[in-house]
Amino acid sequence: MSRVLLMQGNQAVVEGAIAAGVRFYGGYPITPSTEIAEGMAKRLPQVGGKFMQTEDELAGIGTVLGASLGGMKAMTATSGPGFSLKQEMIGLACSAEIPCVVVNVQRVGPATGQPTSPSQGDVMQARWGTHGDHWLIAVSPSSVPECFDLTRRAVALSEKYRCPVILLMDEIIGHMRERIELPDNYEGLEAPRRKQPDVSPENYLAYAVTDGSKVPAMADFGSGYRWHVSGLIHDETGFPKGTPAATKNSQDRLHAKLRDHEDDIIQVEKYKTEDADVIVIAYGGAARTAYDAVDMARAEGIRAGLLRPVTIWPFADNAVKEAAQTAKCLLVHELNCGQYVREVGRAARGLVPVDLYAKYDNEPATPEQLLEKIRESAEKIKGAK
Amino acid sequence: MKSMEELVNEYFRPNRLPHLWCPGCGNGVVLGALLKAIDAEGLAKDDVAVISGIGCSSRASGYVDFNTGNTLHGRALPISTGLKMARPDLNVITLSGDGDCSAIGGNHLIHAARRNIGLTLVVFNNSIYGMTGGQYSPLTPQGARATTAPYLTIEPSFDILALAEAAGATFTARATTYHVPILVDVLRKGIRHEGFSIIEAVTGCPTNFGRQNKLAAPAMMMEWQKEHGVMKAAWDKMDPAQREGKFPIGVLSERTDLKEYTKAYDEIIERAQSGKEAASA
Repeated sequence: MSRVLLMQGNQAVVEGAIAAGVRFYGGYPITPSTEIAEGMAKRLPQVGGKFMQTEDELAGIGTVLGASLGGMKAMTATSGPGFSLKQEMIGLACSAEIPCVVVNVQRVGPATGQPTSPSQGDVMQARWGTHGDHWLIAVSPSSVPECFDLTRRAVALSEKYRCPVILLMDEIIGHMRERIELPDNYEGLEAPRRKQPDVSPENYLAYAVTDGSKVPAMADFGSGYRWHVSGLIHDETGFPKGTPAATKNSQDRLHAKLRDHEDDIIQVEKYKTEDADVIVIAYGGAARTAYDAVDMARAEGIRAGLLRPVTIWPFADNAVKEAAQTAKCLLVHELNCGQYVREVGRAARGLVPVDLYAKYDNEPATPEQLLEKIRESAEKIKGAK
Repeated sequence: MKSMEELVNEYFRPNRLPHLWCPGCGNGVVLGALLKAIDAEGLAKDDVAVISGIGCSSRASGYVDFNTGNTLHGRALPISTGLKMARPDLNVITLSGDGDCSAIGGNHLIHAARRNIGLTLVVFNNSIYGMTGGQYSPLTPQGARATTAPYLTIEPSFDILALAEAAGATFTARATTYHVPILVDVLRKGIRHEGFSIIEAVTGCPTNFGRQNKLAAPAMMMEWQKEHGVMKAAWDKMDPAQREGKFPIGVLSERTDLKEYTKAYDEIIERAQSGKEAASA
């Protein structure tokens, strides 16, 4: 049985987290993500979980990492300024391979910016926000039902690959209310837990890779497997090791464990791209404008389509390359001054023009505004190929 | 009580030695006292977690055979807090230095104390940032020299135990690396205490504090501790003039009437599951 509800994106994140088995939340209030904290405060204890409103953003993600070490699926949520504050701890989660989900409901920045109008200005920060080389996953929902599904997926990916997963939302999706159908009970929706050791405690090496996944098994603190977690670069024992080889091996594996599984990690949605001359590339809230704009363009005889990266990071190189091979032009639409477009340009390798419709004035684009940009792109490529 | 050799064999990770602390550093004395306390309390290694921040003293977590973490500068307490929430059954011992705990992690200190969460916080107070080479911390005595205070510090120092107590800590104690039996005793009591406990272990850094402050010999720092640390009972009978420049040691405050945080949270779960979300106090 299921129930049909009118629900906000942020609330759907809460339900997705509960369904996935998240049982700890630590966080600090900040608009436009606060409804997630409020929802978790109410829902977690109902299912035996725990919520903490921490003294600051750093403690929010800090408690999440601690709870994750104790074996709980754990999550935090924030917006712009708070996302900046969480970056050091995200690096620790990457290095020490501590599963966690960090929700960032983006707002206009930098600094206090325009609270709390929509923006997608943190898309590069989601990838490169913490210092040092590191690899992580970011996913971006475009609808309220997808908030539920992608939150579950974010939890599952973080457990499977032992890395932080950024659920990159924007104010549009966070605050929008939409129809959603949720199951009456969440049995069977729980995300699988991180891989457990299959050796005795005496033979357990915390960061030894025992199968092709390149992801080490992770014992819960207090389970009888005593191990050491460290933000220093470490070898398979988990203890710091300062040699050049140890540094390189560590970075290589942390990269490979995601790169080797990109087929599993990267999701894109293609809408009318097969025969499209102009392929719009948009994600999150900005993509919602694009469905209508594509249909309006088609009604005028312009063969337009939409490629929507659902997984934002790692970057969908293959899908963008394929789009660059089949279309005559790519048109990136994002709610910032132009960030993701650089990655699209790199992946398109000069095969076709990469146009940009950057909108950074507090408001999402209307389908008509994007349609106008599609027309301009279509006009430019008339007679090409 | 076991000999230090027996304790080393039982609790140290043999392949992690030698440690990185300088000759004459007091951190090993504090860690030894902690192991004595854990042993005397009969805690199983599987049931102990030792979480540290960043700094010389925070390296201690890597040397001992428990569930351990050497985390981020200033953030040992939030990570300990999350772990305690996930596993209230664990004895979570947090190790932090004076800079780690009172400067960059100061906000976490007052809020962990306020919540009365059942962590045992051991502050290794060597009055200086040792790992970075001798800069002043909020616990460096006013008027001391540091590499970032070449003309002497003008900043008053915190009394970290008074700070913690004012913030709500329900157990505060202090001892020094000279007063080891007292240090072991207060660590045992702190571990046994159900709510938030903080133990300040006054220790010496001859390399980075001593050399800048005419206390370069480790024995001189021990002498200083001996001469300046006064048992609480004696301290209480001293007048302000006699107290000048000295500090009390032993258990300085303790209260057991306040609920520990994870136990209090269990009541939230009960309320939520009985559908009484709006019940007010």
